[in-house]
Amino acid sequence: MKKALVAAAAAAIFATLSSGVSAQSLTVGFSQIGSESGWRAAETTVTKQEAEKRGVTLKFADAQQKQENQIKAIRGFIAQGVDAILIAPVVATGWDAVLKEAKEENIPVILLDREIESPKDLYLTAVTSDQVFEGKVAGEWLAKEVGSKDCKVVELQGTTGSSPAINRKKGFEEGIKAATNIKIVRSQTGDFTRTKGKEVMESFIKAEGGGKDICAVYAHNDDMAVGAIQAIKEAGLKPGTDIKVVSIDAVPDIFQAMAKGEANATVELTPNMAGPAFDALDAYLKDKKEPKKWIQTESKLYTQADDPMKVYEAKKGLGY
Amino acid sequence: MHVITRRLRRLAPQLIALAIILGVISLVAPGFLTVSVQNGRLYGSLIDILVRAAPVALLTVGMTLVIATRGIDLSIGAVIAICGAVAASLITEGYSLPVVIAISLGVGIACGLWNGVLVAILDIQPIIATLILMVAGRGIAQLITEGVILTFNDDTFSALGSGAFAGIPIPIYLWLGTALIVGLLMRRTALGFLIEATGINRRAASLAGVRARFLIFAAYAISGLCAAIAGMIVTADIRGADANNAGLWLELDAILAVVVGGTSLNGGRFSITASLIGALIIQSINTGILVSGFPPEFNLIIKAGIIIIVLTLQSPAVMTLLGFMKFSRRRETLTHGTKEATR
Repeated sequence: MKKALVAAAAAAIFATLSSGVSAQSLTVGFSQIGSESGWRAAETTVTKQEAEKRGVTLKFADAQQKQENQIKAIRGFIAQGVDAILIAPVVATGWDAVLKEAKEENIPVILLDREIESPKDLYLTAVTSDQVFEGKVAGEWLAKEVGSKDCKVVELQGTTGSSPAINRKKGFEEGIKAATNIKIVRSQTGDFTRTKGKEVMESFIKAEGGGKDICAVYAHNDDMAVGAIQAIKEAGLKPGTDIKVVSIDAVPDIFQAMAKGEANATVELTPNMAGPAFDALDAYLKDKKEPKKWIQTESKLYTQADDPMKVYEAKKGLGY
Repeated sequence: MHVITRRLRRLAPQLIALAIILGVISLVAPGFLTVSVQNGRLYGSLIDILVRAAPVALLTVGMTLVIATRGIDLSIGAVIAICGAVAASLITEGYSLPVVIAISLGVGIACGLWNGVLVAILDIQPIIATLILMVAGRGIAQLITEGVILTFNDDTFSALGSGAFAGIPIPIYLWLGTALIVGLLMRRTALGFLIEATGINRRAASLAGVRARFLIFAAYAISGLCAAIAGMIVTADIRGADANNAGLWLELDAILAVVVGGTSLNGGRFSITASLIGALIIQSINTGILVSGFPPEFNLIIKAGIIIIVLTLQSPAVMTLLGFMKFSRRRETLTHGTKEATR
């Protein structure tokens, strides 16, 4: 009986939608992992902004790193009869049951930032960045930047064995494959932190003839790059000129370094996963257009030419 | 003279281990041992070891005392994060350097006293008592930094982490100075002796008139103070307070340094100098791995392997074996000698 009622309600919603009411009356539930990093906080802020821009009512649930909280939140969203659900899944497995419940109620589910190991028909689409591609953009930038000059690169890897570390390394190697003049001479883990990034860079500089032989440092995230920049400065070299600095993530602090000419380029891991998700949802609800199962976010390259201070000001308030 | 040889004999296993490790690294990475002067300051991998060892060395000073009282302090990594966050937030609010340092040290001592209350007064087991602050501490630090890496631009404060005085980096002064003051306090007064008595048998010490409760309090307070200094160095070094990562797992490195230094986790006799050499051994391994150029997948295995070797060589079983071999050799020469004489 209850199910029939809900089904009727769902049918009614679809009827109103198809009769031309725009997405303005949409209510969307968003189950966020938590706020473990600055990037995650920025993603939450941007998602709220994107919802507001589109007139979508966003119901937000913070799972504090626990899958059980996310599943509870999703069940809550289903009971409230939301029009769609966004999930940033904390782990890759264990979602089948709750996704089936959402599917039975005809509520489309969109994954943000991470993918899961469930049958693909259980969700509408996944909006994520391509970590291999991020590394490739960084590598290609460097190849173009140095031209035909010989270039020894040192690499600061992320936490050993983590997927961004593996993928961003792989991507960078693909990016510089064509340029035989570029060689990665040293590669160590900096655990994605500033302290370790600085410590590892110090030892690289000592191991490579006082740093004069190093032409560029590639860091798997901006925090390690910020640490490396300090190490380069303390060794009496000029970061950005003597040793080029390229990294990934595009957090606000790296733009400050770029404005001072101490960092050269960063590849953005955009916190705006919700924008493309809402676009796909709109198209789906309005025209019944099934989106692709994977929507890749843009991995935008920022250099010193992109007015770094302006980007810094724009990003500062996002909660990074 | 006799005192010096006796002390050297106590420190011999640690010193030999350190020398062997430095020797092996210099074989793998040529130029490892060269120290030069650059921009008016000492420069080289050996200097890096002394600078980078600062946080663990400072923690080790406090940890040695705590372990000597038969306790353990798991919270110091989190105390680093708290004190770093306090220092960074005070600096961004424009307080002067002495105020920042005084308040940060005060917060560190307060953290230590909290542990002291739990251990000395409530008699909670140290490992559990300090686990509370270990878990809660990072949360407190995150509350202070509001979950972001709190960065600042203050050249005088950041000198604590990356500055130099008379060519020698300031962190080296800080940890050597702290160790010297605490060491003199322990060995030039009866404090060290009384702490050892407390660690060996608290009840007996109390009955003999030792104020064991006060001494345990003091040990945890000093541990908190050392962690506060370490916290400021770590924060000044990267010009920012990273509540998630500052001092992460350093308490374990400090415990390891104390054990490598030959102080028993069962409390009692302790040597701050030996613990500090232990800290230098750990940092030499870390820096050595970085300059050697091995892929990062090997880092932890190499570190664990070397530490197993060092600990095995110091283990009571091997010591007994060595003693036995020496003894039997002496007896051999003795019997040999008597045979010669009778002939």
